[in-house]
Amino acid sequence: MHDALTRAGRALRVVVLIALALLFLIPFYLLVRNGLATERDITAPGWTFFPHTLQWSNLTEVFRDPNLPLGRALLNSILIAVSTTAGTVLLASLAGYGLARIPYRRANVVFYAVLGTLMVPAAVTFVPSFVLVSTLGWISTLRGLVVPTLFSAFACFIFRQYFLGFPKELEDAARVDGLGYWRTYWRIVVPNARPVFAAVGTIVFIGAWNAFLWPLVIGQDQEAWTVQVALSTFTTAQNLNLHELFVAAAVSIAPLVVVFLLLQRYIVAGVERSGIDD
Amino acid sequence: MLGPQRRNLWFWVFVGPFAIGLGLFTYVPLAWSVYLSFFDAHNTVSPAGSDFVGLGNYATMLTDDAFLGSLGTFALFTVFIVPATYALSLALALMVNRLRFAQAFFRSVFFLPTACSYVVAAVIWKLSIFNGVRFGLANTVLGWFGADQTAWLSTTDPPWYWLVIVTVRLWLQAGFYMILFLAGLQRISPQLYEAAAVDGARPGWQTFRHITFPQLRATSVAVVLLLVINAFQGFDEFYNLLSDARGYPPYARPPLVYLYYTALGRDQNLGLGSAGAVILALIIAVATVVQARWFGLGRKEE
Repeated sequence: MHDALTRAGRALRVVVLIALALLFLIPFYLLVRNGLATERDITAPGWTFFPHTLQWSNLTEVFRDPNLPLGRALLNSILIAVSTTAGTVLLASLAGYGLARIPYRRANVVFYAVLGTLMVPAAVTFVPSFVLVSTLGWISTLRGLVVPTLFSAFACFIFRQYFLGFPKELEDAARVDGLGYWRTYWRIVVPNARPVFAAVGTIVFIGAWNAFLWPLVIGQDQEAWTVQVALSTFTTAQNLNLHELFVAAAVSIAPLVVVFLLLQRYIVAGVERSGIDD
Repeated sequence: MLGPQRRNLWFWVFVGPFAIGLGLFTYVPLAWSVYLSFFDAHNTVSPAGSDFVGLGNYATMLTDDAFLGSLGTFALFTVFIVPATYALSLALALMVNRLRFAQAFFRSVFFLPTACSYVVAAVIWKLSIFNGVRFGLANTVLGWFGADQTAWLSTTDPPWYWLVIVTVRLWLQAGFYMILFLAGLQRISPQLYEAAAVDGARPGWQTFRHITFPQLRATSVAVVLLLVINAFQGFDEFYNLLSDARGYPPYARPPLVYLYYTALGRDQNLGLGSAGAVILALIIAVATVVQARWFGLGRKEE
């Protein structure tokens, strides 16, 4: 009796999980379905699960639409996401290592000054940051889109926590061999801390790729649009081709989904080890 | 060995570039914003040439129904999204954690939307699921049950747009918090469950109530804090779901959308926008401190 109940409970749980998984996957399906459908199949009154015709030419058509500079926007997004990720990881890992490992009388003061900025959600500073970037004359430039976002207190915090738990023996051995902090860091610490670099790097990359408010505010000229801004101007426009919009949206997340599936275990491990919930 | 002076030097070699950048791009803008908020600065980012209005901008903001309404919108959004995400992500974590097969598959499926942007999600929600009256998935499915067609995003009474806004974010963020809960679950010692079984606790609700839930306290606190802070950042989905070629409707405008239109919209009123940003920052700081006190954050876990 008891066993039967447990088994029924387990079966119910699996059924609920499968139903939820389907719900979570439907939006992805809709993106692909509408991206490959004809305009009529998207806007026809009777909605069908499968489109009547698959229109693969949508994929090339979307790159030729002069109103939606998708190629340029993709290039901008790649440039911004890659440089933001490289810069953030470099700056935050060095700072995190310094804070964790180099004894300095006022290290705590510096650490709290970094930690304090975590309390101010980045979005609240967008008006003041816009003011600064505009004074510097960086509106619609790559500099303006990237440089202000490079100093992530969150990334620095994660690196510091990771390096605090890093085995000291390795570094001591390097020190005995006569390596200074700089060379110890590059030759010993970095190669042995690859998982945290992968985890922070992926999280920063996803954040930079999906960022919207900052690129919207700073990338005012069409040449400076990121993919997100380009898509957004299209959703708020009056005459839009839905099939183009959907295929553009699908193209914009395809690289990320691949990166994500490949590096997922690092993100999970990174989140689990970040001490974020300790 | 390195002397203390050399160590100080190396500390700043490592930390200096980051610290300078953080100062320049976080502390300087904040200070500048406070300064600018005392001026009647239209179309300009420098107070020179603008009138000094003292606390005038603050008075304007705090008596502005639209700004106060935007805070109300945030509060309402928080009331919906925080408990919904908390409950869904915890439930997902509990179910996935106990799976004996395909655990990685289910975890990936629920986590995958984290890779999706709010803009893309808004495209799907606005133009496919909750699209206007004629087509769209939601109306089609509801039509099978004979329900009336609804204009989800433009009907303000009843305010169905909340359903659209909340489900977008729920889909996008539940997987991330599920991972946090999974991490928390893995840290619970199995011995606690064995001891409970010896004491006669039945698996299921009893063990959840007396062991799992209390053991997840630290994770829960972190999740709620993050959810509230992230709700404050609500901008992308509101902007992309509700604005169109005609502009932005007056309802459902959270603080950031409001500030965006004040500071960078038609008026370019940066003095007023800065005052709003300062007020918002103060509210967030107070809310964070109160929550931290309330949850006993920073106290060592017993």
